[in-house]
Amino acid sequence: MTGVGATPISRLRRQRIRSAWLFLAPMLVVLAMVAGWPLARTVWLGFTDATFGAADRAQWVGLNNYVYLLQDPDWWGAVWNTVLFAGASVALETVLGLAIALSLNARFGGRGALRAAILIPWAIPTVVSAQMWSWMFNDVFGVINHVFLGLGLVDQPIAWTASPDTALLAIILVDVWKTTPFMALLLLAGLQMLPRECYESARVDGVHPVRVFFRVTLPLLKPALTVAVIFRLLDALRIFDLVYVMSGNNRDTMSMSVYARQQIIDFQDAGYGSAAATLIFMIIALFTAAYLTLARVGREA
Amino acid sequence: MRRSLKRGLGRGAFYALLCVILIYTVFPFYWAIVSSLKSGSALFSVEAWPSAPQWDNYIAVFREQPFGRNILNSVAVSVSTVALSLALAVAAAYALGRVQFRGRTPLLFVVLGVSMFPQIAVLTGMFELIRWLGLYNNLLALTLSYLIFTLPFTVWVLTTFMRELPKELEEAAIVDGAGSLTIVTHVFMPLMGPALVTTGLLAFIAAWNEFLFALTFTLSSEMRTVPVAIALISGASTHELPWGNIMAASVIVTVPLIALVLVFQRRIVSGLTAGAVKG
Repeated sequence: MTGVGATPISRLRRQRIRSAWLFLAPMLVVLAMVAGWPLARTVWLGFTDATFGAADRAQWVGLNNYVYLLQDPDWWGAVWNTVLFAGASVALETVLGLAIALSLNARFGGRGALRAAILIPWAIPTVVSAQMWSWMFNDVFGVINHVFLGLGLVDQPIAWTASPDTALLAIILVDVWKTTPFMALLLLAGLQMLPRECYESARVDGVHPVRVFFRVTLPLLKPALTVAVIFRLLDALRIFDLVYVMSGNNRDTMSMSVYARQQIIDFQDAGYGSAAATLIFMIIALFTAAYLTLARVGREA
Repeated sequence: MRRSLKRGLGRGAFYALLCVILIYTVFPFYWAIVSSLKSGSALFSVEAWPSAPQWDNYIAVFREQPFGRNILNSVAVSVSTVALSLALAVAAAYALGRVQFRGRTPLLFVVLGVSMFPQIAVLTGMFELIRWLGLYNNLLALTLSYLIFTLPFTVWVLTTFMRELPKELEEAAIVDGAGSLTIVTHVFMPLMGPALVTTGLLAFIAAWNEFLFALTFTLSSEMRTVPVAIALISGASTHELPWGNIMAASVIVTVPLIALVLVFQRRIVSGLTAGAVKG
């Protein structure tokens, strides 16, 4: 009897697995087409001298593109800009985001409205944010210079986006404005999961709130904080739109992605630009691997 | 007495801090609205509210470039991207979330890995593919290429959601002899409304805001999506950007988005945190 009973069940199981693959197939085909294939082609073209005019006549050049790339001061400038941008904006976002999350975690009238308001910068398209701030940063008519002059903070208007000294700073400030809400909401979600008992016992013992923050809140929030920071860093390292809209292909602010796109599209140098793109991919893949390991370690702990 | 004074001061400082946060987040968009309502030389004077608000910039945006067409392009691309991703992701999420089979975990990691791809890493290959398919300067190129960032995300979130639905639902359907397709469409789909709205909305926003592919795969101004159109607005002379027009265009495309976000606030927050924290 047992043999007869087992057969239909294992047949059902086999059938289920077969239909599972059938259900997965369209998604897998599309991912292979829009992610796998283009990535493989980009890596491959990075080892050739392909140009978009004559991609079919591409010659294998080995590591030549990479050798040139590592000798190009513009590439290193782009790497430095990107690292500076990512480091500064993520650091500022984390501090500001934490401050906003802590404020929103308190109970007060109108909390829901304020939480809705901080979603506004996140909802605005990056291109629009870039233009809005470019206008506010305008050297002659911008409201920021107007206020700074009025308060006597500066003697003469600052050419925020045009001057090489401040252009990257302006871009960082816009990114901070745009992504702090995301950070704040992630951290708020983390804060709301913290156990209440710790706080109550701290209050009973009369521990100073600042001490509570550093001794209780921060250590407990660390996992959520780590995930949020890495998530944002991955995003910041591939920055393109904000930099491109605010200062185009300007060498003083160019990010790695802007550099690669200029080579590939504007200069039609598909081979060389692909090498740069591949390098960016590898840098971000390294970060992703670190993130996944951390996430796994966190889950097991 | 001193204690209540101290507490009062503390409360005052706290509310001041909240005001600063509110002004910081809302002011730039407010300023865009104010600037969009000023025409001519009024634009160059700083005043909190225009003394004589005018709609000139809004009319000019539509007259001086195919901005209406650009909006339609963005709607078409975003809606088709969302529809395609959801259809593909629901099927995939059923397989990944409900069926035990070998290779499931590696597959999930592949999906997660793709969501971390920098777009620039596939730009050359994607450009080649699009030209080979004859889709250069065609909106279909954008729908297709946007799947690279919407699909992994929707698959991931919907898989997590499906995995948590009770087993008994499905078992009852299997006993009744229902096939996998019936189970997905009749048992799971009705329960997935909220998850579909959340993921669909986030995918819509991502597609609506995308810039790199839209800039690279389209050529003529009729084919541009809204972000590209706004980034490339130029005036009569190359030195002076028509800031009034740019602000009007910005307000037009942002108001619906903000309305959407405010209406679905809770869903979006839970979707964002689910994507990031569980990811």
